[in-house]
Amino acid sequence: MERDGVVNIGRGAVKKADVELAVHAEGLVRKFGENAAVDGVDLIVRRGEIYGFLGPNGAGKTTTIRMLATLLPPSSGTAEIFGHDIARDADEVRSRVSLTGQFASVDEDLTGHENLVLIARLLGHSRKESKARSAELLAAFGLSDAASRQVKKYSGGMRRRLDIAASIVVTPELLFLDEPTTGLDPRSRNQVWDIIRTLASEGTTVLLTTQYLDEADQLADRIAVIDNGKVIAEGTPGELKASVGAGALHVRLADPETRPEAERILSNSLGAPMHLESDPAALSARVSDPERVSRALAELSRSGVAVTDFALGQPSLDEVFLALTGRPADDNENNENPGGKEEEVA
Amino acid sequence: MSAPTTTTQNIAEESLRSALSSSERPKRPNALSASLTFGWRAMLKIKHVPEQLFDVTVFPIMFTLMFTYLFGGALAGSTGEYLQFLLPGILVQTVVFITIYTGFTLNGDIQKGVFDRFRSLPVWRPAVLVGALLADAARYTMASTIILVLGLVLGFRPEGGIVGVLLAVALVLVFAFSLSWIWTALGLVLRTPNSVMGVSMMIMFPLTFASNIFVDPQTMPSWLATAIGFNPITHLVTATRGLMDGTVTLGQMAAVFAACAILIVVFAPVTMYLYRNKK
Ligand SMILES: Nc1ncnc2c1ncn2[C@@H]1O[C@H](COP(=O)(O)OP(=O)(O)O)[C@@H](O)[C@H]1O
Ligand SMILES: [Mg+2]
Repeated sequence: MERDGVVNIGRGAVKKADVELAVHAEGLVRKFGENAAVDGVDLIVRRGEIYGFLGPNGAGKTTTIRMLATLLPPSSGTAEIFGHDIARDADEVRSRVSLTGQFASVDEDLTGHENLVLIARLLGHSRKESKARSAELLAAFGLSDAASRQVKKYSGGMRRRLDIAASIVVTPELLFLDEPTTGLDPRSRNQVWDIIRTLASEGTTVLLTTQYLDEADQLADRIAVIDNGKVIAEGTPGELKASVGAGALHVRLADPETRPEAERILSNSLGAPMHLESDPAALSARVSDPERVSRALAELSRSGVAVTDFALGQPSLDEVFLALTGRPADDNENNENPGGKEEEVA
Repeated sequence: MSAPTTTTQNIAEESLRSALSSSERPKRPNALSASLTFGWRAMLKIKHVPEQLFDVTVFPIMFTLMFTYLFGGALAGSTGEYLQFLLPGILVQTVVFITIYTGFTLNGDIQKGVFDRFRSLPVWRPAVLVGALLADAARYTMASTIILVLGLVLGFRPEGGIVGVLLAVALVLVFAFSLSWIWTALGLVLRTPNSVMGVSMMIMFPLTFASNIFVDPQTMPSWLATAIGFNPITHLVTATRGLMDGTVTLGQMAAVFAACAILIVVFAPVTMYLYRNKK
């Protein structure tokens, strides 16, 4: 898996015979006009693991997932899902995977119960079985009370849970979750995390995308970092963090005037350049050795620079990107696409 | 309407585990059953959003009354006589017009994530489209019933009897189903529901007005009458009138079925191609 530009921080290449692979993609490319949304992605996901696909907005996460779920033909490259080619064996692939899209993939006009019955019927359950299955899932996801309410009246967290419930009407072997917690409040996010862990512990392979290193770290066995359609790093969360540094020190000063002085003192004692935040009283730095942090902070107070707040946190996605690419994760507006998929005139 | 609420029920890990383990993959449904399920979905949407029936109830009443009383005296001497001529045509016009909602609805549907889910299921692929068209047939039936009842109240007396009228409605439905494939293709190509509506109107207006719905083409300049002879709507109206009057010929029926066959053979594959390659 050693190829140009990819920081290979994982174990070596996987021989196909060793483990059964849930996803095996090679050189996936998808172009929209001239612009390559996905630009040569190689991906190996082993059966049973939770795989995190980490990247900023517009990196190509959704496009990759849509190709793997047979919704979008690749411009070039190949992928196999449990050994079935996404182009030639699309039906075989579809009968093994489920997709929970970035934007709610349930019907907002219908009730929660009707949505699940609809999916159950489409998968081949009888009317009676479908109703029973729907009731069972609604109960398991804490949605029984909302069963006969239209989905458009659901909260974001409820909608997400229904969406995931719809994906496991028949337990899939591989579940794609596209940004399952974006926009959720912390409590709903934790519920979704619990659901994902339970699914995985019952044997479903999960491929999830996220913009949060924290989330990938919490859930994933392995992570690929994607940027501009390319995988720029791959490995376990530990390996990834090790390559990026222990984390970041964030400091807020009582007086913005003292920032230049604080910058000088901190960068000296941390031995690292300081990053000036857009907040005029805040600055941060990547740190490799937590020992030095306490010394640096002590130095600061000795010089009479008052600090209102400091935190030593896990590296943010921005910091991961800074470390891996030498530039911040670009989140430029023309990548922003909040209204849903852009349709091209075919 | 209640505000969004977060339920206080907790997600019981145990019940989730048992829900996961009790799931078995059933045999995949056949094409018909999948299509009917999608049709059921469309009916549920009508139940939850009944406003969408506006076009199949108000349109037909408006058209029938407007044309009968506005043009009846001028075009045929009396409204009663004109109604006898017009009603089959109005039936065709109304049903054919409301077929364009098919593309409009489909386009709106695609923008939503639920379409991705449908496409990622291992079901017969055209089912989602066929199901929508089946549900549309229910809407057309409703519109047809309204027009016929209104017509009978106003004095329309079909010579072809009840059998003739039912066959006429069935023929119009078959044609509407065939024509809808144009709209599904448009619904997949164009970007927004409104542009689908605009383009469909642009096609539909000349097709319905440059036909024999409102006036007998024999009263028109010959070049226009010839052009109207090529319009499939003209043939449909002729056959529908024939069935309702009890004077239909085999040739008139054959012309309609030929038009239906051409529409399906051309536009169903185009639609399916666009559907498969939808981004
Ligand atoms: N249907 C489309 N037509 C044109 N461009 C697209 C389409 N879908 C995605 N893109 C572009 O491809 C890039 C990657 O998008 P996406 O896969 O949605 O990224 P992510 O999910 O990581 O935010 C973006 O620049 C986006 O604008
Ligand atoms: Mg995305």
